[in-house]
Amino acid sequence: MPLSLDSSMSTIEASPVASRDDRQQQLITNDFSIQIATVNGSGSQTANSVLMRTIFQMGVPVSGKNLFPSNIQGLPTWFTIRASRHGWIGRRKQIDFLVAMNSETAREDVLGLDAGAAAVYDEPLKLNELRQDLHFYPVPFDKLVAPVCPDARLRRLVRNMIYDGVVASLLSLDLEEVRKALVKQFGPRKAKAADLNWGAVEAGYGWAAKNLRKTDPYHIERMDKTAGKIIIDGNSAAALGAVFAGCTVVTWYPITPSSSLVESMIAYFRRLRIDPATGKATYAVVQAEDELAAVGMVIGAGWAGARSMTATAGPGISLMSEFVGLGYYAEVPAVIFDVQRVGPSTGLPTRTMQGDLLTTALLSHGDTCHPMLLPGSPEECFTMAQEAFDLAEQFQTPVFVMTDLDLGMNNWMSDPFPYPAAPIRRGKVLSAEDVERMGGFERYRDVDGDGVGYRTLPGTEHPQAAYFTRGSGHNEKAQYTERPDDYVRIIDRLKRKFENMRGHVPRPEVVFNEKAKVGLLYFGTSRYAAEESRAQLETEFGCQTSYFRLRAYPFTSELPGFIDRHERVYVIEQNRDAQMLALMKMDLDAARIARLRSVRYYGGLPLDARTLTDEIVIEEGL
Amino acid sequence: MSTTAAPPPKKVNRIGLDITGYKGGRTTLCAGCGHNSISERITEVFFELGVTPWRVAKFSGIGCSSKSPAYFLNMASGFNGVHGRAPAISSGALLANRDLLGIVVTGDGDTASIGIGQFVHMLRRNLPMIYVIENNGVYGLTKGQFSATADLGSKQKSGVANDQPPIDCCLLGIELGATLVARSFSGDKKQLQAILKASVAHRGLSIVDVISPCTTFNDHEGSTKSYAYMKDHDEPLHDVGFVPFYDDIAVEIGEGEVREVTLHDGSVLRLKKIGHDHDPTDRMAAIRLLHESARSGEVATGVLYVQPKNETLIDQMNLVDEPLATLPEARVRPPKEALDRIMEELR
Repeated sequence: MPLSLDSSMSTIEASPVASRDDRQQQLITNDFSIQIATVNGSGSQTANSVLMRTIFQMGVPVSGKNLFPSNIQGLPTWFTIRASRHGWIGRRKQIDFLVAMNSETAREDVLGLDAGAAAVYDEPLKLNELRQDLHFYPVPFDKLVAPVCPDARLRRLVRNMIYDGVVASLLSLDLEEVRKALVKQFGPRKAKAADLNWGAVEAGYGWAAKNLRKTDPYHIERMDKTAGKIIIDGNSAAALGAVFAGCTVVTWYPITPSSSLVESMIAYFRRLRIDPATGKATYAVVQAEDELAAVGMVIGAGWAGARSMTATAGPGISLMSEFVGLGYYAEVPAVIFDVQRVGPSTGLPTRTMQGDLLTTALLSHGDTCHPMLLPGSPEECFTMAQEAFDLAEQFQTPVFVMTDLDLGMNNWMSDPFPYPAAPIRRGKVLSAEDVERMGGFERYRDVDGDGVGYRTLPGTEHPQAAYFTRGSGHNEKAQYTERPDDYVRIIDRLKRKFENMRGHVPRPEVVFNEKAKVGLLYFGTSRYAAEESRAQLETEFGCQTSYFRLRAYPFTSELPGFIDRHERVYVIEQNRDAQMLALMKMDLDAARIARLRSVRYYGGLPLDARTLTDEIVIEEGL
Repeated sequence: MSTTAAPPPKKVNRIGLDITGYKGGRTTLCAGCGHNSISERITEVFFELGVTPWRVAKFSGIGCSSKSPAYFLNMASGFNGVHGRAPAISSGALLANRDLLGIVVTGDGDTASIGIGQFVHMLRRNLPMIYVIENNGVYGLTKGQFSATADLGSKQKSGVANDQPPIDCCLLGIELGATLVARSFSGDKKQLQAILKASVAHRGLSIVDVISPCTTFNDHEGSTKSYAYMKDHDEPLHDVGFVPFYDDIAVEIGEGEVREVTLHDGSVLRLKKIGHDHDPTDRMAAIRLLHESARSGEVATGVLYVQPKNETLIDQMNLVDEPLATLPEARVRPPKEALDRIMEELR
């Protein structure tokens, strides 16, 4: 939406302030983005979270994105908060309201703004000299922080709270909600720190109210669109899902952006999974020496019957390749979360990408194929964690949950998670009694015709329960073989098993629009931008679309039908090589493939609606 | 004149099984391979101690040695995984089910080269299991290249001498946290049996490095891992005796030359001095001994180091007594109120 600003409006120093009445028509309410530019390690995260939470508490749909470097302290970082009365919580390309706290990037930050944007900045930076077409708000942060924070060592941190106060004043945030958000952020144990920071908020607020004249059009007004919602990041949601899925063994090697998934699990485990009777742990977590060991332990534990998992990112997926092939061929359940980041190699380790799809679907040498679940919200991180364990044990194979940095590490508004409705499904596991009744068993025989054999767990108390698991050639009895017919029989059954999974993986979310010639197909975090883009296409260009939100690989039976009902289907994904499209091409006939188009974004930032809309508009000739 | 006397009844162990219950498949390794002797010892030891075979889980990596678990204890579950990564698979499985008795059989390629990262970190964790290295100094399946345990100057069949120093897996074991470390020779039946028995009785990680000659690629003149070399250079530290906990034999006292170590399950390791007076509970002494042995070219065998009282990974993790793998849903899925409370906090 273009800004309807009077072109005469410029810096507050230079321009006459418009009268209250004039500004009424130009107000932009609950539909803009705020960017806070700071230095990482400066403690700005707390101030940013308080700001985001305040807007959320005022009932306005909001999202927060942390754009951070691969660095501990001292490099630039940007936090973007988007308020959207329409409920769009994907990234907004344009920044409307800047808080420039980082002298290193301030110049570039300001020069990058569109005309009419607002910029709060540290007075000595004199940013107002750079442009004439912005609303500048100089703030003497150092002068303001000194009286409220006598301890000079803490000033660097507390200073951030000053901008919360200033922004609260400029955007008409409810100060009481700021206080609540701050108390929530610090928690009851850090009441003293909360008090200190609250003093800074009040100082910033009071100073701004007295000294700054509001000239920009942006403000927040109370709504009721966040009632009952929660704020959570995808990694915590996935962790919670795994804990409620009954996961018992977690092994990992720290890697951005997946580390916080396991760290959240450890915290939830400690809280929820200590046996009340004995005080002992119903879980084991091992920080392994590398990703090979991590996934190896997952496979060992899965073989022994535990619900076991690991979480990693692209480089870890590459390292896990050999073991995943073993899990596939020896048919061992395992759950692997891939919180995708930008590759290849180290790539951009703190940026987001849907870049591991093709690798993961076919991970390891020989003929292999693996199911992938594609969560598109924190809630789906939670539910799909549970589905992943059920599928892994039901189909006795590694199952991947493909999230990404944007979903995993950013805070999202979400409905509260539903308690799992169904009991845990452990798959075909024979007890000693079963083995006795059957007079033995053959591990890899397809008794039920679904491609899945029966297994026993090591330690099953029966002389005929044991079998020998191997990654080398084996027959139905799990005996070593190099015979071509034995090999082909087993490897063909594995394919049948995979085919059979189509009916059991999460179904897509599909909406047919009878008037639409065009379908949009997307998955994961692209959904936030894609949903907004659909609205842009319709309102701005009169282009109606259907959509298909893919939620799993292998593809389910809905896919061909969706393609058939549209002249063109845009497959939207966040990678260069159209990886998901490539997987579809492996599955579909030529006529359907001919209807598929590709829209890709791979700059490492979360996908935004405008980028998609622009691309589709060009393709469609609108 | 013929009689049709019934064959003599087979000897059974204390749980009523005869030795056939502990046997594996027929070996496909070369005739005379040291690994076959080790498989036989494992079979005998588990039989003699009366270990329930289906309580055992066998693990291996890739290579000749890693085929071995198929040649003993058919009634135990086995997992022949990927090269060098048996520690990961066994660790995962044993955390999932702490009741399993885990035995890993791998080679020097697995342990000292491709999987050395896994090996050293396994040592640090001290998760209870028996880790046997069938150490022949060569890669047999790829036709005789040196492994990282080959001694400096040891010769290949072609006459090429090894020009890099060896990795001593026992030294690493002692240094990095294994709580029972022993070296033996596949040709020393009695010693290897006693050491394996001690490792079954031990609670903690046992490293058993067994010099196991490769008759096809490393049993020639000039090799330091040949039968002939070991016959000349095997230097047992002590006569290793093992008295299982269930044997009520009064231990003779007063010989003066015997060191006794009581193991976790009450069994007693009896080390009768031969030449050396090695105290296997002295870590520094064990390290010194191995360095001296390497310098002299002799191969010191026996129990190098043992620490019967130790903290295992299971203890550190404070795991519930039952196997994690089969805990019922009620114990692994927190109640609805717990989720509701967390949701409330996130509002």
